[in-house]
Amino acid sequence: MSPASANATGQALPHDSATKHVAGTAIYADDIAEPRGLLHVYIAMSDHPRARLTRVDLSAVRMAPGVAWVGCADDVPGVNDTGPVVMDEPMFAATERDGGEVHHAGQALFAVAADSLKAARAAAGRAAIDYAPEAPILTIDDAMREGSFVQPPYRMARGDVDMTLASAPHRLTGRIEVGGQEQFYLEGQIAVAWPGEDADMRVVSSNQHPSECQLIVARVLGVPAHAVTVEVRRLGGGFGGKETQSNLMAACAALAAKATGRPAKCRLDRDQDMILTGKRHDFVIEYDVGFDGDGRIAGIRFTQMARCGWSLDLSSAICDRAMFHADNCYYLPTAEIISHRCRTNTVSNTAFRGFGGPQGMVGIERVIDHIAHRLGRDPLDVRRVNYYEPPDGPGERAVTPYHMRVEDCVIGEITEDLANSSEYTARRAAIARWNAENPWIKRGIALTPVKFGISFTTTHLNQAGALVHIYQDGSVQLNHGGIEMGQGLHTKIIQIAAEELSISLDRVRITATQTDKVPNTSATAASSGSDLNGMAVRAACAELKGRLVRFLCETENVIEADIVFLPDRVQVGAREMSFSDLAKAAYLGRVPLSATGFYATPKISWDRGAARGRPFYYFAYGAAVTEVAVDTLTGESRMTRVDILHDVGRSLNPAVDLGQIEGGFIQGAGWLMMEELWWNAAGHLKTHAPSTYKIPTAWDRPEQMNIRLWEKGMNRELTIKRSKAVGEPPLMLAISAHHAISHAISSTGTSYPALNAPATPEAVLLALGRAQA
Amino acid sequence: MGAIEFLLNGEEVALTGVSPTTTLLNWLRYDRGLTGTKEGCAEGDCGACTVAMRAPGGDWLPTCACILLIGMAHGREVRTVEALPSDEGLHPIQRAMADGHGTQCGFCTPGFVMSLWVAAQSGALGGREDVCDALSGNLCRCTGYGPIIDAALSVGHTTSPDLSRTISDPEPLTYRHSEQSFWGPTSVDALADLIAEHPEATILSGATDIGLWVTKHDFDPLEIIYTGRVEELARIERRGGALHFGAGATYRDAVDALATIHPGISPLIRRIGGAQVRSYGTIGGNIANGSPIGDMPPALIAAGATLHLRRGAERRSLPLEDFFLGYGKQDRSPGEFVEMVEVPVPTVPSTLACYKIAKRYDQDISSVLGCFAVETEGGIVTSARIAFGGMAGVPKRAVSAEASLTGAPWTRATVEQAMAALAEDLSPLSDHRASADYRLTIARNLLLKYFLETTLAAPITDLPRNPVAVV
Repeated sequence: MSPASANATGQALPHDSATKHVAGTAIYADDIAEPRGLLHVYIAMSDHPRARLTRVDLSAVRMAPGVAWVGCADDVPGVNDTGPVVMDEPMFAATERDGGEVHHAGQALFAVAADSLKAARAAAGRAAIDYAPEAPILTIDDAMREGSFVQPPYRMARGDVDMTLASAPHRLTGRIEVGGQEQFYLEGQIAVAWPGEDADMRVVSSNQHPSECQLIVARVLGVPAHAVTVEVRRLGGGFGGKETQSNLMAACAALAAKATGRPAKCRLDRDQDMILTGKRHDFVIEYDVGFDGDGRIAGIRFTQMARCGWSLDLSSAICDRAMFHADNCYYLPTAEIISHRCRTNTVSNTAFRGFGGPQGMVGIERVIDHIAHRLGRDPLDVRRVNYYEPPDGPGERAVTPYHMRVEDCVIGEITEDLANSSEYTARRAAIARWNAENPWIKRGIALTPVKFGISFTTTHLNQAGALVHIYQDGSVQLNHGGIEMGQGLHTKIIQIAAEELSISLDRVRITATQTDKVPNTSATAASSGSDLNGMAVRAACAELKGRLVRFLCETENVIEADIVFLPDRVQVGAREMSFSDLAKAAYLGRVPLSATGFYATPKISWDRGAARGRPFYYFAYGAAVTEVAVDTLTGESRMTRVDILHDVGRSLNPAVDLGQIEGGFIQGAGWLMMEELWWNAAGHLKTHAPSTYKIPTAWDRPEQMNIRLWEKGMNRELTIKRSKAVGEPPLMLAISAHHAISHAISSTGTSYPALNAPATPEAVLLALGRAQA
Repeated sequence: MGAIEFLLNGEEVALTGVSPTTTLLNWLRYDRGLTGTKEGCAEGDCGACTVAMRAPGGDWLPTCACILLIGMAHGREVRTVEALPSDEGLHPIQRAMADGHGTQCGFCTPGFVMSLWVAAQSGALGGREDVCDALSGNLCRCTGYGPIIDAALSVGHTTSPDLSRTISDPEPLTYRHSEQSFWGPTSVDALADLIAEHPEATILSGATDIGLWVTKHDFDPLEIIYTGRVEELARIERRGGALHFGAGATYRDAVDALATIHPGISPLIRRIGGAQVRSYGTIGGNIANGSPIGDMPPALIAAGATLHLRRGAERRSLPLEDFFLGYGKQDRSPGEFVEMVEVPVPTVPSTLACYKIAKRYDQDISSVLGCFAVETEGGIVTSARIAFGGMAGVPKRAVSAEASLTGAPWTRATVEQAMAALAEDLSPLSDHRASADYRLTIARNLLLKYFLETTLAAPITDLPRNPVAVV
């Protein structure tokens, strides 16, 4: 029996699919029994990063054994575009009419549907395609030199930066390069489409944004949205990589299904997945900062340059978020942040956990570290003097560069708690002694904070819907717009619903997310899943509960105060009835037992033109201390201990939240320490599988990892149960690992090491050279 | 003619009409409908497809079903995640993973469960290091691994009862499908004859490389000769002053024997592939495929290994380094195969040390592998064998550096001269693993590191293996 329902939230319950996960019985898109006549779709990719197609002849592809359908740009009945925000992404680059053009190596040219994937792939190889290659723009430096951008530069500013820079007692400039990151969800991109009667199309997609997938499939097919239903039960990981990137596969499967009348599956293998779909943006960040003798920043100018790839995708909002996090936890009295969104002939970069925030934060943390190095201070002291003031402060150091007042800054308290529990000061001293005595292995330690803004900065996306049914037997089925991708969203939602209805958890079942159950949903992204959908589910449950109360008042002749919802039963005056009996009675009493719920985040607004407003409902905070060891002969590094204190408000599920924190941290450490995307001079990604692209393994997880939820945590805003979003913020705790490496390197010389990311052995060795120069 | 016969979760399977190069994973998922086993990469690098397989009387091995060609399953017993629960419910490992929050998205989970199950069967979940070794070939992107490691430690050794049936494995296999032939001989002589008769055939051992040709490059050979059923080819024997490794000995088989004569080699083998790859990849295959990024050849060259080749009844031998003629080119004629590797037992305690530099500790390809064996007498270098991987199109012996060391005093000054001489030996390339400059710098630093570790009173902390916090 599941735990008492009155306080279902706050319990450390296992993931609601955990037993299915371990038994291998959880069904992912590719596990659905393959229907009769299923076609397999293969997407042919461009060999060149930038070229005109001077000849496209697919006749041999069509003639190949097993082929049922071949589609290029000419074969799209609707619009040949899968762009999510603006239509700048041709679904297929190739057209047999006049060739077409390609903008990155790996771009989709055309698709083939055949009886087997092997046959489809073999057939695609028969295409006659001639390219007239042009010189590609591959890097940020190339794009800046050529003036190649996906949108105009954007600026956020507050105060007179030139003046404060000129008058500051100290000033320094610098530059950091931050690499991109592949999401590396374990389940690759996949969609299966079933054609129905009339124009109907049902699509199962591994997708974080089914409503957008629905619109894009409808656009490509040239049918109204009402003809397309997109269904998602669970993802084998998303991390942002399935927010927009899954739509192409869904569109290809649907197109093949529509053209042939047969079901069709489009499943990418790992190499295609990594070549064809977008990743975290790599950034180059330049800074010019003025500060006083304590390291207190007077003014700062950031120039952020992001590699967006060949199309816009979500780059506008991602680059904005990098700017929103250029302050992290620090009050910047005057600041100017300029963002360049570089168009390159590489894959179109996209959402990845943190959505630009991590890159922006890496920029300011670098500045703090650089200032501390210049002044010969512990970077933690420089952090402390620059923190935003706490909620009860005088309001002098509380406004962000985008003119939002920070009302909930608890980072000071978190920092002191963590510095104590991790014995930061004593260990830093011990490390100094170690480094003095040991010439080859150097140690380093760093504490870095996180303040992460919660809400989609595209304000209208902050809405959610839910649909809750109570059946006659007292069981409850619910549906909401959120996607379960491993983050435990459904588990939390079940807890919320059980608590709201005062029923046990096993009465509540969440079905696959479907666009015909809850329409017009937002992506499960921006850490918003439980904030938005939890509130919508609560609203639906409250509506149902209200109906039940009114029904009891009328039929039992009591007033509302006489009705008490107890676990799985209701006390009505002197008597009790089970929830099941109540459901049955309400049904017989002709009470509607199905309700929708809706939620729109209050208080937020954003004027992008003026670059001011309140884009975030609240901020999530946390801090981490990481200790590392570095081999100065080889550049290898390892984390030896991690301590984390993170604020999730009132936790909806401490086990799930701790899982998000640990997983986010290790993922962030992978980004900053070992995961390297590498393109050759011809514009081909050469790290496109786990053999060449290395994410952390079990051995990389330090044995000593002490993670705590901040006990005092409580959201000041009226979020669901006063919780805070937890999906993305912990990733940025791993910036502490990068800084710990920099600290270890710094012990070998007097110059600033200016360590780039990722801190591969090679990057570390280069930084050692700079430190000793 | 013939069928591929094996036990699947206790049930006999006899396959005909299936291509022998079908991967076990695709057969399980799409023919058999056992979808608990997942595809994450189709190259043996993520572990989502891990199942357990064993030969009669052998240990259960963690097995990447995604690159295992189904012909290799003949005569074996296969167990998948679906067969783990018993009448009492989930297996203790499954229970611990579920209750201990060891799953998030769940996609990698069956692979983790199977890797841990295999390790538990052989009693290899004693401590954290064992667990991490068992999981070295399994990627999880969600959890950060902590809850998985804790779940494994909480279970420790838990064996599962044998399912009721066993399978016998006596006969050589000849399996034909359409125009394809798959031979699984059971003696070295029969293997030699087959290879001589079919010089164009693909010689298949652990499929840790060939499996990728199939999944990634549509490799579909007409003739395959599988060595994995030849028990005598996997033998490891000490004869005379040398250890003789049959070409079919896996890394897993070889590591302990090699460690008895060269303790410095075992940390390297521990880092080749993941547990799954180490259970299937063979010493002979790592040499015969001529890959410039194989880790064993440089170590074996530094150990002074001799390679034994055979064609029909003809045998010849040569120093291992001479086998590698150039990138993609080896001194092996049609019909010939690698039969054995002979590693001399050092007459003095081994001085061999191997340093693998990669972006990740586990399951990564070396950007630089440096293997050093320098012997001294009275402070003078009497013998120096230095070999590198990742520095050229072939495993590269550093003859100039060796020459500059030999006869000189084993001092920092001598070593610095040898470090300079490495520029004559090595002209590496830049690629996605590292730049040419870094590679040459590291090659030199590794020689210095070797010198320091052989001369300093206290050795340099073995950073990758001993990640202990300072306080």
